[in-house]
Amino acid sequence: MDLIREHPILDFKHGRKVRFTFDGEELVGFEGEPIAAALHANGIRIYRLTPKRRQPRGFFCAIGKCSSCFLVVDGVPNVRSCITPLRTGMRIETQRDKGVIALDAE
Amino acid sequence: MIRVRQTEVLVIGGGPAGLSAALEAASLGCQVILVDGDLALGGQLIKQTHKFFGSKDERAGTRGFKISEILLKELKNHRDRVKVHINCTATGIYKEDGVVSCVIGEEEYFRIKPERIVMATGAQERLIPFPNNHLPGVYGAGAVQTLMNVYGVIPGKRVLMVGAGNIGLIVSYQLIQAGVEIAGIVEAMDKVGGYWVHAAKVRRLGVPIFLRHTIKEALGDRVVTGALIQEIDDRFQPVGREKKIDADIICMAVGLTPTCELLWQAGCEMIYVPQLCGHVALRDQFMRTSLPHVWVAGDAAGIEEATAAMVEGRIAGLDAARSLGKGDKEDLTERLEDLQKRLGDLRGGEVGQKICQGLACCSIQGWGA
Ligand SMILES: Cc1cc2nc3c(=O)[nH]c(=O)nc-3n(C[C@H](O)[C@H](O)[C@H](O)COP(=O)(O)OP(=O)(O)OC[C@H]3O[C@@H](n4cnc5c(N)ncnc54)[C@H](O)[C@@H]3O)c2cc1C
Repeated sequence: MDLIREHPILDFKHGRKVRFTFDGEELVGFEGEPIAAALHANGIRIYRLTPKRRQPRGFFCAIGKCSSCFLVVDGVPNVRSCITPLRTGMRIETQRDKGVIALDAE
Repeated sequence: MIRVRQTEVLVIGGGPAGLSAALEAASLGCQVILVDGDLALGGQLIKQTHKFFGSKDERAGTRGFKISEILLKELKNHRDRVKVHINCTATGIYKEDGVVSCVIGEEEYFRIKPERIVMATGAQERLIPFPNNHLPGVYGAGAVQTLMNVYGVIPGKRVLMVGAGNIGLIVSYQLIQAGVEIAGIVEAMDKVGGYWVHAAKVRRLGVPIFLRHTIKEALGDRVVTGALIQEIDDRFQPVGREKKIDADIICMAVGLTPTCELLWQAGCEMIYVPQLCGHVALRDQFMRTSLPHVWVAGDAAGIEEATAAMVEGRIAGLDAARSLGKGDKEDLTERLEDLQKRLGDLRGGEVGQKICQGLACCSIQGWGA
């Protein structure tokens, strides 16, 4: 992972190491840290494709405002990956569409 | 039926402004709910590793993330009165009945019906138009700071910084501290906009600063691999040859704009004020908006600094509590006057002039009865 090992001011305390998948590939990240940070640390920059022109989008604002970093998590689309904490076993996928909101089963 | 939570004061946003508002309202005995969409409280402060400028009273000389720790410690003293929800975004505010809808994570919605609201939603980063500015690798400066200073992730190998104001300079220096190479800093004006100390630090490290230059285009097929930059003349028209810069990150530090969607939705009277960097709510001297139950504080009220955000937050929190009949009248008048004086002092310098001009456009001397 692309992590800062030495820093003159900061001392990073990471969460527990957990496994998750991105488009089927198994990766490792820190629990409780944003999904976007975990993907970035694994060298992944493209999180979704725009519905019409299929242009790649990724991380941008990191405060849950811009919708650039949406992806699909455990089947739920439009997840703001910059402010959604990583959990063990998450199934994360590139978002390729607008996403469909699942209706609750009665 | 979903229960609607009730509270005396709802504070939206847990940056320096919101934390200060929550603290003061609770100190006067109010029941407070504080919501923040992020995974930790502190707003912009938790990303700031440099020692803050501003007034000593407002902790100048202390590193940003330490100021946040101090505020959080203070908040702990009011644990019994302040209910904090993180990873909780206020998504809507309904004029008809004053209900605020919130979502925890992405799917767990609930409603709050507060008696008073303090909006402390901070700011959003600006982007400028250029071909391929959508490519992954074009990141906001705040986002780059979040990756490296909060989560310890190396943002990239080689960064082109756009903007030589304080944020562009500070983030460039922080990138170097994190071991990242800076390809250069592009600035449209003919001089560096940030404070001299910050410019001196990056200059000393040999970072090239391209004054009177702009970014023409981001290069790359799927992700950023570089950029074209070009000199511009007095009318911001391109002149001379384009230069190609290799970089995997283009970091945008071209300014912030207040996050004001909820203020619009609530129906606050708004006005565009260039000096405050966007649309802001009209407010009285106690930060109360045109809606008698809504206050605003911090960058959401106009882009300024954390020091001013904290004082505005305190004013808003105290005044909101006062409107609920809390506290001793005389004591409150005195405290509010003292805080207003501190704000005036903060805005006394040269940088404060622009802010004061902006405030003259959106300040109301009391809303009347
Ligand atoms: C690189 C950099 C350097 C800086 N240096 C200095 C300095 O040296 N001195 C100084 O005084 N200032 C400095 N500042 C400015 C300072 O950080 C900001 O002015 C200050 O943080 C503003 O505080 P705030 O509380 O208004 O907003 P923020 O700190 O932006 O906090 C807003 C909070 O609201 C939350 N939020 C927004 N919308 C919602 C919603 N709908 N629901 C729930 N939560 C929401 C956000 O998650 C965030 O936590 C710097 C800023 C930057 C970027």
